[in-house]
Formats: sequence, C-alpha cells, structure tokens
Amino acid sequence: MLHDWLGPGWSGFHAMNFFLLSLIKSGIVAFVLLTTLAYLQWAERKILAHVQIRVGPRRVGPHGLLQPLADVIKLMTKEDMIPSHVSKLLYLFAPFLAVSMALIPIAVIPFGGQVEVFGVKTWMQLTDLNVGVLFILAVTSVGVYGVALAGWSSNNKYALLGGLRSSAQMISYELPVALALAAPLLLVNTLSLRHIVEGQAGFYLGFIPRWSVFQGPWPQIFSFFLFLIAAFAETNRVPFDLPEAENELVAGFHVEYSSMKFAAFFMAEYANILTACCVGTLVFLGGWQPLLPDSLGGQFIPSIVFGLGGAISIFHGLNPARKLDRYTLPAFGVIFLGIAALFLIPILQAILLPLFWFAAKVGVLLFVFIWVRGTLPRFRYDQLMRFAWTVMFPIAMVNLLITGLLVALTS
Amino acid sequence: MDLILFLVFAAIAVGCGINLVVQTHPISSALSLIGVMGSLAILYLLLGAEFLAAAQLIVYAGAIMVLFVFVIMLLNAGAERKPASRSYAKLFGVPLLVVFLGLIAYIVQTFLPKTEGVQFGKFTGGGAYEIGIKLFTDYLLPFEIVSVLILVAIFGAIVLARKEID
Repeated sequence: MLHDWLGPGWSGFHAMNFFLLSLIKSGIVAFVLLTTLAYLQWAERKILAHVQIRVGPRRVGPHGLLQPLADVIKLMTKEDMIPSHVSKLLYLFAPFLAVSMALIPIAVIPFGGQVEVFGVKTWMQLTDLNVGVLFILAVTSVGVYGVALAGWSSNNKYALLGGLRSSAQMISYELPVALALAAPLLLVNTLSLRHIVEGQAGFYLGFIPRWSVFQGPWPQIFSFFLFLIAAFAETNRVPFDLPEAENELVAGFHVEYSSMKFAAFFMAEYANILTACCVGTLVFLGGWQPLLPDSLGGQFIPSIVFGLGGAISIFHGLNPARKLDRYTLPAFGVIFLGIAALFLIPILQAILLPLFWFAAKVGVLLFVFIWVRGTLPRFRYDQLMRFAWTVMFPIAMVNLLITGLLVALTS
Repeated sequence: MDLILFLVFAAIAVGCGINLVVQTHPISSALSLIGVMGSLAILYLLLGAEFLAAAQLIVYAGAIMVLFVFVIMLLNAGAERKPASRSYAKLFGVPLLVVFLGLIAYIVQTFLPKTEGVQFGKFTGGGAYEIGIKLFTDYLLPFEIVSVLILVAIFGAIVLARKEID
C-alpha cells in the first residue's frame, strides 16, 4: 500500500524508515518548540523585570523556573466560557487558526547541516521546500485571519477595533518584510532556506563571516534592520502593539477570550516572534554558520561562553545576594560547566556546534525583541501607518534596486 | 496518495465555492472564498507548481482577501435578507442548470485539443527559477504590458479615491 502511494523507487523498508525518521524528528522539534515557547515567556518576564529594576517571577521553583508550568495549569483549569453574543463558529475557529498558522513554519526551518546519528544520515530540518521563504510568508499571511476574525466574531467594539488595526497593520508591513527579504535572496540566488544558509558559508580575509549582513557586493545591513522593524509590526509587538493596546482597547482582539483559547493567542504571538527571529537568523545572520573560523578557535567559543557563565554563577553562589542563591546558583554553575565540557567532545561537536550557533543568533534576536519592549513607548496609529508607507517602503525599494544592480554588475 | 489528496482538496474547493453562494453573511462568503483559494493552492502544489501555490496563498489568501474581510468588517455589513424564492424559479432553474452544466461538459470534451494531461509528480518546471526564466525570455512582452496595465489601474484608483482640491 505504502509502496503504491509513494511510487517507484520506494521499497517498503525505505518508506517505513522515512516515516519513522520523520516521526522522531517531528517529535523532537515539537517538544523543543513548545518548551521554548513556554520558557520564552519566562525569559521575557525576567528580562523585562531586570530592565525595569525589578526581580521578576521567583516564587514558583528556583528563580521562577517552574512559572511556565504553573501558568499552563492556571490557564487550563480556568473557566472556559463563551460569551452569549459572539458568532460562535468563527469565535471558536479563530484561536485555532492563529495558533496552527503560527506553529506550521517551524517545519521548514533548518537548525543545522547534515548529521549522522547511529549510522543514519539526516538533515537537522523537518523538510526543505525549494520555495521555503515564500512558504513562511504565505503561512504567516494567512495567520492574520486568526486575529481579524477573533476581533470581528467577538461582537465587541474594542475587539473589532483591535482586529481592524491588526489586519491593516499586517498588510502594510508585509510589503517591507517581503522587499527586505528579497534583497539578500538576490545574493544567494535561491529560495530554499537550507541553500540560503549554505550560500553564506565561508569568511572574507579569514575572519569576516560571509553572512548576508556582511556579504558583498552590497551588505544587507539596511534590509536586516528593515526586516527587524517590520517583524515587530508583523508580530504585534511593542512599539507596534496597537491591536492590543491596553490603555485604548482594554486588550484588543482577544478581550472576549478566556482560558485555553486565550492561551492559544498567547502561544501564537510567541510562536510568531520565534519564527520571525528564525527567518532573520537564516536569511541575514548565516543560520548555523559560525562567527569565527575554526582556525581562529571558533569551535571553542561555546565552551568559553558556557564556562564563563558557569564560573560567574558559582562566584555569585559563593557570595550570595539572597539566601536561596547559595544553593541554586552553584547548581546552575555546575550544569553550565557540564555543557561547556560537552562541547569539547569531538564526536558531539559536529552536532552541537551548528545548533549552538543557530540557537545563539535566534536568542540574541529574541533578546532584542524583549529589550525593545522594555525600552520603547508605543506609536500612535497614524504614525505607524505613515512610517510603513513613507519611510520603510521607499528605503526597502531603493535597497532592493541597489542590490539588484550591484549583483547584476558583479556576476 | 496524490489521487486521494486531489479528491479531498477538490471536494473542499467545490464545497467552499457552493458555500460562498449559499451563505447570507458577507464574512462567511469571504471566508469560503479563502477556502477556495487555499485548496486551489494545494492543488497547484500537487501538480508540482510550488511557486504558483505559494504566490496564490500570499497574493490572494494573504493580501486581497484580507482587504475584503477588512472592508466588510469596517462597514459592519450585516446578513442580507433572502428574497422569498418563487416556486416557478425552482421549477425551471434546476433543470436549466443541469442542462447548462451538461453543455459545458460536452463542449470541453469535444472541442478542446486532446493533449496529454499533466500527471501528478511528473511536472518539475514549477520552481521560482524556471518561472523566472520563462517570464523574462519567452513571455517578456506580455509580462511588461501587464505591469504597465497594473500601473494604469493604480493611477486610476488614486484619481478616483483622492479628495477634491479646491
């Protein structure tokens, strides 16, 4: 049966292997993705707290590390109510649409190169489409409906205004995103995310990485910042979080949602941020390509970073600022030192190094998202729209033209 | 596998198309249209036209239909009232519809050239590269003419929509 479905060239054994491998990979990716989403929220609360000179969550578990778990239990056990005045079918469908469209893009995102685990060669990626970038744009553009429909079906002024703002904002900022992504694609000349990363391998002069932001003939620094700014708007984040501006719209499009349906929107927002950071990393920052070549000790950077982290943790554990730190910080220090040691084992290096570089770059971008939220005030709505059409759009267009011209002249 | 997927998504497309006409509320109709667009994109994907599928989703489902939904939400259009259906309309309408569909099927069967249909999984020229090459070599003139046409349409929209200046 399977053989007939998959056509010639697929023996039953191969098909079973393929399905098993895909199943295992999907399981790992789904687990890591959902854990990341849960802890992204913890990281956001913690970093925001420190930006505002507070301590942040620290009651549930050491340093509040079990807070995400507590939040999940809280959201699941809350009363799940459906207001009587809503358009029921769409009201139930909207959060489902939002969260599924936010989680799908992870399927085409490559985390690393080809690896061999227990004799099985595989790519650290679920699947590679040759229109990968367009796929992500398409899926995220369908995700707008989740927010728009939630706003409309709630039958509430504030929710409707939030939904309207969101759809207008997301259509407007899709243009700068697409134009900003098009320019680096001209450099690498492909749409497949895996080949995009492979096109950024190597170094200039032995130490400047050939990532799109540094790559000749026209380094894509402008389009990187355009992409980053537009990504804030696309994911409805501060300073462009008009769809859920609390002081104007109560909570915007999700004001009528409670319990798990609210959690679905929450998760969709974080998944969208993660996707935006992954795309930024892959297209502009060279994906899993290292910052330094191995000849300059690039393969030791993870060990140094984790080793330093461990040393600082242990130092603060020995000079504790709070009572509990005496036990928790040395434990974290030992864990970090253990991770640092793992990066020194040659067999594991092939798998761990690409993952480290990918995770580090995505982590930096995520930190920027949170940092900006703690720093910048919200735009006014007309400012937001004017900014998209009169500032970002022309700059993105000119940048694309210059890139195209220089690529055509030099190739 | 291809056949099953084709049947499923063809059925969804037709179902959404019928729902589009039957629904009385504009939002439901617009959403059905999005369903049609989405399943069409998947049919393109099944035929190997990956670029076209992605473009279909981005342009139609992601941009044009968002504008439709946006306008419907902004105008807050309610459900339209169905006119009382007359009995003779049903009496003549249903047979006429069947005859019309049969005629179309007959015309398609007889007058269209008998070429090999596109087979699932056999077509490989649907990537961005192949389409780009075709657009800028064989179809350069139509492509440029269409872009000028769109530019004219944009000017028309601006002229129609601008405020009168005293």
